[in-house]
Amino acid sequence: MTLDSLRGAYGQTLLKLGRENPDLVVLDADLAKSTQTQVFAREFPGRFIDMGLAEQDMVSTAAGIALTGKTVFASSFCAFLIGRAFDQVRQSVCYNRANVKLVGTHAGLGVGEDGATHQALEDVALARTLPGLTVIVPADAVETALAVEYAAAAPGPFFIRLTRGSLPTLFPAGHRFEPGRAPLLRDGDAIALVAMGAMVEKALQASELLAARGISAAVVNFSSLQPLDGDTLLRLARKTGHVLTVEDHSVRGGLGGACAEFLAQHHPVPMTLMGMDGRFGRSGKPDDLYAHFQLTAADIAAAGARLLCRP
Amino acid sequence: MNERERTELSETARRMRRHIIRMIGRAASGHPGGSLSAAEILACLYFREMRLDPADPALPDRDRFVLSKGHAAPVLYAALAERGFFPANDLERLRQCDSRLQGHPHRLDTPGVEASTGSLGQGLSMACGMALGLRLSGSAARVFALIGDGESQEGQIWEAAMTAGFRKLDNLCVFLDYNDLQIDGRVSAIKDIAPLRDKWQSFRWRVEEIDGHDFDQIESALAAFAGERERPTLVIARTVKGKGVSFMEDNVAFHGQAPNAQETAQALQELGHDAG
Repeated sequence: MTLDSLRGAYGQTLLKLGRENPDLVVLDADLAKSTQTQVFAREFPGRFIDMGLAEQDMVSTAAGIALTGKTVFASSFCAFLIGRAFDQVRQSVCYNRANVKLVGTHAGLGVGEDGATHQALEDVALARTLPGLTVIVPADAVETALAVEYAAAAPGPFFIRLTRGSLPTLFPAGHRFEPGRAPLLRDGDAIALVAMGAMVEKALQASELLAARGISAAVVNFSSLQPLDGDTLLRLARKTGHVLTVEDHSVRGGLGGACAEFLAQHHPVPMTLMGMDGRFGRSGKPDDLYAHFQLTAADIAAAGARLLCRP
Repeated sequence: MNERERTELSETARRMRRHIIRMIGRAASGHPGGSLSAAEILACLYFREMRLDPADPALPDRDRFVLSKGHAAPVLYAALAERGFFPANDLERLRQCDSRLQGHPHRLDTPGVEASTGSLGQGLSMACGMALGLRLSGSAARVFALIGDGESQEGQIWEAAMTAGFRKLDNLCVFLDYNDLQIDGRVSAIKDIAPLRDKWQSFRWRVEEIDGHDFDQIESALAAFAGERERPTLVIARTVKGKGVSFMEDNVAFHGQAPNAQETAQALQELGHDAG
């Protein structure tokens, strides 16, 4: 599998969309080099606005521009785009149902060395409480490009959460992306590994480790947090009877919380929620941090075995 | 503006004030003070200045108005109803569960409302966004906004002010309803926002200072805005909170408190009878 940058895919897709749609406008808050909106900015300087270090102003301004009929992408790190500007996302964008696509980068522990201040671990939890906000956490560059294209064509607010580092490409170019549809990457009947973002490849590795121990694990890429693919979740819970969620995010309100909320009401099964739980991140190389916070493939496999009482 | 036009506008503002008192009194909930202080400004905008069509609220090249101080929704609803965006009868349902008039303006519910506002500071950024979007589209439409003096304590106001000044949004005209009262007391005592002219000028805005209840001064500020080709315009409108109702004037108690039945009756009496 090749490693590809999700941010790079975002920038290239913006460029392509910008060529197709003269009403596409892009905003950034002094992070255009990091978020890759600079790729769009270089070709369309008239439709790119660097708002400077003012995320709150950027998000509300994006809504205002959208209300004149434009499709507006606004980017920053997730910590600032959703965390700092949450009230603006809530009211200016969502309550107004403005056609704004929030694309946050540098999500979770994957930020690495910059540490806890820049590692958004609660952005998905915040975002998926907002009515009408589609929340997508792509697992590779292909899915990123498809999600960005989908968002540009669909009316209404989107939040797309991207990790900083490159991830193995899991999907073929012809992959079909649709919010509310969670693609099954591997079938299995003993346990379901439900993952998002950077944790999807680790869940796939974990399924290999479990297979070596005779445990059949299904792996699903739960990239759509709102709307949630309840049908797939229900089918897997019924089939396997054990659900393990894993995310580079707080389990409280994140993927784990979302799945637990759903299954508690529709088909309760024993669950393990892996991710961050009541802790801030810290500085370090991403892989060292995943090891430190017990989010490696081996950790996932071990937790899966424990959930099945087969440690 | 000739004498007849001035009298007509004055009559419009009086009717708007009656609407404000009646709808808030009936709802037993709402913000009368900061609605009454802005009646002349909105009367001027909606009845003389802005190009709009009540029959087609989504007209692409219409002028926009954003009520950044969203709690003054009653003055906006009064102007929209008087201008014909929806029947004046709807005003009686303000803040009721089955009403299309929310406590704070919601564009998806109410014809003529351009932006949903209420959390302070955001409306100015949204107005800037509209001005940027219209400029990108090559539209000659203009954007007007009303911000509060208490609202000017929000950091986002100054983020937006910096954007508009730097981006030379000469299609943006903002009125500041300077009545010097916020919920907890005098703006000047809680966190003084003065000197305003210096602040806004240093953010690269044209600044006008007027009596916000004087139609001629409002109109000359708008004329100056129309001639400006470089900067956004801020109009510091000195106003009296609760203007037009003796016991509400400059009285902080009526920032967010509805008049009771007796107070409503007295206020309506002071504001004169409906013409018909």
